[in-house]
Amino acid sequence: MTKDSGEIESLSEEDRERLALTGLDLEMTNRCGSFFQIDQDVVHTSCAAEGIEVIPIAAALEKYDWLADYAWKAVPRDKDKYTKYVARQEQPAGVVIIARKGSRSIMPLQACLLLQRGRVQHVHNIIIAEEGAEIHLISGCASATHTERGSHLGVSEFYVGKNAKVTSTMIHSWSRHINVFPRSAAIIEEGGIFLSNYVCMQPVHRIQMYPAAHLVGKDGIARFSSIVMGMPGSHLDIGSRAVLAAEGTSAELVTRAITTGGTIVSRGHVIGAKNGTRGHIECRGLILKDGTIHAIPEIEGQLTGTELSHEAAVGKIARHEIEYLMSRGLDEEEATATIIRGFLDVKISGLPAVLQKQIDEAIDKAESGF
Amino acid sequence: MLEITDLHVNVGDKEVLHDINLRIGEGETHALMGPNGSGKSTLLMAIMGFGNLTVTSGSIVFKERDITRLPINERARMGIGMLFQRPPTIAGLKLGKLLSATSRGLSEEDILRYARSVNMDEFLDRDINVGFSGGEIKRSELLQLKVQQPDLVMLDEPESGVDLENMALMGGAIAGLLEKDIHMVERHKSGLIITHTGYILDYLDADQGHVMIDGQIRCHGNPREILRVVKEKGYRECFRCPACVRV
Repeated sequence: MTKDSGEIESLSEEDRERLALTGLDLEMTNRCGSFFQIDQDVVHTSCAAEGIEVIPIAAALEKYDWLADYAWKAVPRDKDKYTKYVARQEQPAGVVIIARKGSRSIMPLQACLLLQRGRVQHVHNIIIAEEGAEIHLISGCASATHTERGSHLGVSEFYVGKNAKVTSTMIHSWSRHINVFPRSAAIIEEGGIFLSNYVCMQPVHRIQMYPAAHLVGKDGIARFSSIVMGMPGSHLDIGSRAVLAAEGTSAELVTRAITTGGTIVSRGHVIGAKNGTRGHIECRGLILKDGTIHAIPEIEGQLTGTELSHEAAVGKIARHEIEYLMSRGLDEEEATATIIRGFLDVKISGLPAVLQKQIDEAIDKAESGF
Repeated sequence: MLEITDLHVNVGDKEVLHDINLRIGEGETHALMGPNGSGKSTLLMAIMGFGNLTVTSGSIVFKERDITRLPINERARMGIGMLFQRPPTIAGLKLGKLLSATSRGLSEEDILRYARSVNMDEFLDRDINVGFSGGEIKRSELLQLKVQQPDLVMLDEPESGVDLENMALMGGAIAGLLEKDIHMVERHKSGLIITHTGYILDYLDADQGHVMIDGQIRCHGNPREILRVVKEKGYRECFRCPACVRV
């Protein structure tokens, strides 16, 4: 199953660049572990951090009987036709990451998924952070330069144990005929923190996802941040949901969306189901060229002790802001780019600097497209 | 330095500035006074070149070049700078980052030194004007001008919202921008300052004062004299004052 990492070396320069866009660090500097899958083949796994295991899912299911209890618990296998397709596979692909009790790595683990020749790439990932563990995952998903059509179906299940912290930063770099259907969910125990960041600044045919965080233990925190750009021909339907199912839990869902002619549907749903819970949805959209940004924030309070709010704004760049910067000597183009860059600047507290930098780079590289 | 001749300016279909004539020589500082809504800020914005204003006739000449139709950034690059009364807040854009982008050649240390001089060194990592107090906005504006080093410094009510303690700091910094420490013969920087209270004039001498009423400059004169009359009798009476020259 695990092939020689020579596969990585045989990648074309263009494909390497595409992967670099998603944050894959082939040199492994600033990374503590790595998982690399091309189509259905796992070509590389490694992990240097103590107490943290990175294993292809097929091997992990053989090695650990107990893992079966986690598989398809956060994401139901019969949720939709895509999860059913992934669940049906006799040879599951994807990665299992287990961070043992108290283990901790500030350096991120990277998971890279490249869609190269196959029509459908299916992935099932399970990430488990045991009590007090802390891990940071960066997953880059890309299609190879010459891959014209294809679908990526990725199921990711996160289990954040008591007082554990998991950050998951996903950077996508597809091309205009690729369909992408990630299916993710997290279960967060008492005092656990789950930060999920999503960046897609490249063209894609269609992405549809609506990951959920189930905060089942006291004082858990979930935060979703999405930064997306919709180019002509792209349809992105992106949401996030938090279920505040235990006292003192809180969630924040933040989206920055830019369209240059594509369609972006930005959904958000927070359910306040217990006392002492707080939730907030923030969606800001910038229409640079005629396209659609459709924000659908939903807040659902079920008792008196929950506080939920949302704010959404969609529009163009204010002319007086551009002119203000021009009065300082920037030309119109520079002023516009400066404002857009600021608009996309979502600083995610609790994220290691190396990952924030990765997000910033993915945005900077897209700037020429504005 | 600046010569405005027979200038008429519209906002949409409505004329808001009528037949403005103003000449500011090199090294001179002029004070512009007048009641709220009389068009003072509009005049500064027209000189800067803001897009919501249309010059219907007349001309603005700066450093002997007709800039009436020039884009804002080119005017800025030629040496016109403006302190805004109510600048926009721009989320995500750090003050320090804007300063680096506009400084053209200043080192980070220079920028930090300038920031310290107006007590803004702790704001370099803050988004521009987001959550700034009135005084902080003014000091941020002033810092941007210090970095920009314009030859014509236009200030739209630099003292509004500034507490007494910071007034001296603002006054000193503005005097510096206008090279007030240099003898008039050697001075190159010119200023056009909108002031209601005249407090700012305690820190820098203005050579000339102008009173604007209903979109027209109605009189010119000694700025302190104008202020004295306005304080006593109000603007409506001020242009009857013998110190003023009737248009």
